[in-house]
Amino acid sequence: MKPFRMAMLAGVMTMAAMAAHAKSSLVVGLQLEPPHLDPTSAAAGAIDQVLYANVFEGLTRFGADGSVGPGLAESWDISEDGLIYTFHLRAGVSFHDGTTFDARDVKFSLDRARDENSQNAQKALFSGIESVEVVDDLTVRVTLSAPDGGFLFNMAWGDAVIVASESITEIKQKPVGTGAFRFEDWVQGDRITLVRNPDYWGTPAQLEEATFKFISDPTAAFAAVMAEDVDAFPGFPAPENLPQFEADPRFQVLVGSTEGETVLAMNNKLKPLDDVRVRKAIVHAIDRQAIIDGAMFGLGTPIGTHFAPHHPDYVDLLDQSAYDPELSKKLLAEAGYADGFTTTLKLPPPSYARRGGEIIAAQLRAVGIETEITNLEWAQWLEEVFRGRDFGLTIVSHTEPLDIGIYARPDYYFQYDSAEFQEMYAALTGETDPAKRSDLLASMQRRIAEDYVNGYLFQLATPTVANAKLRGLWIDMPTQAIDLTGVYWTE
Amino acid sequence: MLRYALRRLISLGVTLLVASLVIFLALEVVPGDPAAYMLGVNARPDTLAALRAELGLDQTPPARYAAWVAGMLTGDLGLSYTYRTPVVDMIVERLQVSLPLAVYALALSTLIAFPAGIWAAARRGSVVDVVVMGVTQLGVAIPNFWFAMLMVLVFSINLRWFSAGGFPGWEAGVGPGLKALTLPAVALALPQASILARIMRSALIETLSEDYIRTARAKGLSRGQALWRHALRNAMIPVLTIIGLQFSFLLAGVIIIENVFFLPGLGRLVFQAIAARDLIAVESVVMFLVFAVVVVNFAVDLAYAWVDPRLRGRR
Repeated sequence: MKPFRMAMLAGVMTMAAMAAHAKSSLVVGLQLEPPHLDPTSAAAGAIDQVLYANVFEGLTRFGADGSVGPGLAESWDISEDGLIYTFHLRAGVSFHDGTTFDARDVKFSLDRARDENSQNAQKALFSGIESVEVVDDLTVRVTLSAPDGGFLFNMAWGDAVIVASESITEIKQKPVGTGAFRFEDWVQGDRITLVRNPDYWGTPAQLEEATFKFISDPTAAFAAVMAEDVDAFPGFPAPENLPQFEADPRFQVLVGSTEGETVLAMNNKLKPLDDVRVRKAIVHAIDRQAIIDGAMFGLGTPIGTHFAPHHPDYVDLLDQSAYDPELSKKLLAEAGYADGFTTTLKLPPPSYARRGGEIIAAQLRAVGIETEITNLEWAQWLEEVFRGRDFGLTIVSHTEPLDIGIYARPDYYFQYDSAEFQEMYAALTGETDPAKRSDLLASMQRRIAEDYVNGYLFQLATPTVANAKLRGLWIDMPTQAIDLTGVYWTE
Repeated sequence: MLRYALRRLISLGVTLLVASLVIFLALEVVPGDPAAYMLGVNARPDTLAALRAELGLDQTPPARYAAWVAGMLTGDLGLSYTYRTPVVDMIVERLQVSLPLAVYALALSTLIAFPAGIWAAARRGSVVDVVVMGVTQLGVAIPNFWFAMLMVLVFSINLRWFSAGGFPGWEAGVGPGLKALTLPAVALALPQASILARIMRSALIETLSEDYIRTARAKGLSRGQALWRHALRNAMIPVLTIIGLQFSFLLAGVIIIENVFFLPGLGRLVFQAIAARDLIAVESVVMFLVFAVVVVNFAVDLAYAWVDPRLRGRR
């Protein structure tokens, strides 16, 4: 009797222990599927979402707050003139296929990205590099052609992660990195599975397995979270359902900020938008809060310039473009358009554009500006608006971090051409002193706000719906990443 | 019979050739550059050029068409622009979801429609007939994606009997695989079954009023015997036509249902490929679907000849 009872007790205790032992697998829902798995040769944010920090790592890396810290480079020295960066790499790091990570891999990755035949979507990040030298196994010397205060920041991007020459040919299907998770399996159209890397150089991940499931339809996403088929859904596509999740104790809703400045972009070379008074009139005709409430269900922070409000160097310029339809009408009359005019409004697929576009059209109509709305797919938008510059107005969220530099490119799709701004940007690139960089960034923000280049609407917010027992998820999205290295289950 | 089959076969080839041309031209006209889509807004012109060269987009349209058709004749459907894997492999992988789903839905639809249609026709004007007609009227009217969402709400979110979507893969076993396909198959089958039941009923009623049925009855066959032995076979022609059409529809038309249940099938592939301007994948998958439809129709034509001997001699 006694042994039997003991066995019973042991059995019950084991079961209790198993129940108490926290879950170690995670299913993450994502709206978009990566086209392939090479972060260094495509712009698709979904690639970084799955692989950044999880599978691939760079010399430096973004933290959850957007700060840049050490990655595969443990530390670095910068020469007096700001031209030479000497990176000291971590020792004992190996790729998932067992090959050793060393300075040659860094040289290979950087040279590949800046090569003539490179397919890197952010080649500009590497354009300042003049040479990359292997000093010894764990030391790399990068020489720049001009000082670049943003170099360490650039190296933290997903497009600058370190890849190995041994596994490069198959990277698009079988990515091999150095991260805390190994790539396991990809069922195209359905899911990607990662498993914990037992040989990770840093703190090992707490999750044993993570699956990314691709659910594009907002209604299906809602159903999948409700039925608990997925444990977390970053960038949840149906904001109208968020109150329902907030009210449900099974879930937590995390609303974070992104690097997405959502703007009403204007064709600065097209009549009558080439007249600053007309652009100013458009900007004053817009009620940002009405758009945030009406199109985004209250998610989003108003911005007055092309800069992320959570960034320490952000300047609040909202007053300069406050909602004032009377002023708009006056400005239009001054510019000779007292009776208004008609222009095009071309809208890409995201709801901020489609829903926001309808509201903006109504607000512009109130001051006499008629818009012809066209809905475009992304591929069409790139062709017509971005490349063809055949548009009057468009709404788009610029999701790259710290991308105010696009205003220094006169051929960029909104065609803002200001010598003064271009000089400021050149000065910023060459400046490594943090205080002076802040000053320059502030004047750049003011410059574009005063020139009313675009209508600055709001910083795109990103809601994550997750199981209430999940911890360690990124709330803000300083880059398009879903860093699972610190994620764990409570209980 | 052989000449009849041969004729059908030639028309099949011509149809495929015309279809390939139409598909290619249609996608040529659609604006949007696959390379620009992949590289996004910060891409440099030289990077774009490098990618375009790798994808073969720098060649002229006729050259690309020729290469595509020549490849297809040898069974090579090209390399996907975005995934960079052979389109053939992608189709084979996705078919493991779409084909069982279509067969499952068709089986359900037939299993529901045949008894319902036959029963309603046999008891014309009875309560059974009224109920079948009423339900099928509703089934035809309800959009399948809406019905699908309703089922997800009831069976996945409230009752938790099924997961809300997704497919575990056949390696997880036949049971879990079929279970994952059940809600989508029911959603697809309901409208199909309704149509089929109505066709079955009206075709049967029509044949039941033919002279030869009266003759059969006069010979002493009961109503039921006449129905099973004579009427049913003659009523099969329109029913077979509909089944053929439905199978094609199910294979090609699951895009919405696959999105509602996030199943990694062919429909989802086409959907993603169009958005990404993965032209070669779209062209090849659509071509494959055309091929499947044409082959199914060919099979249906042969089946006509089988159930109706008159057709063998006539053509």
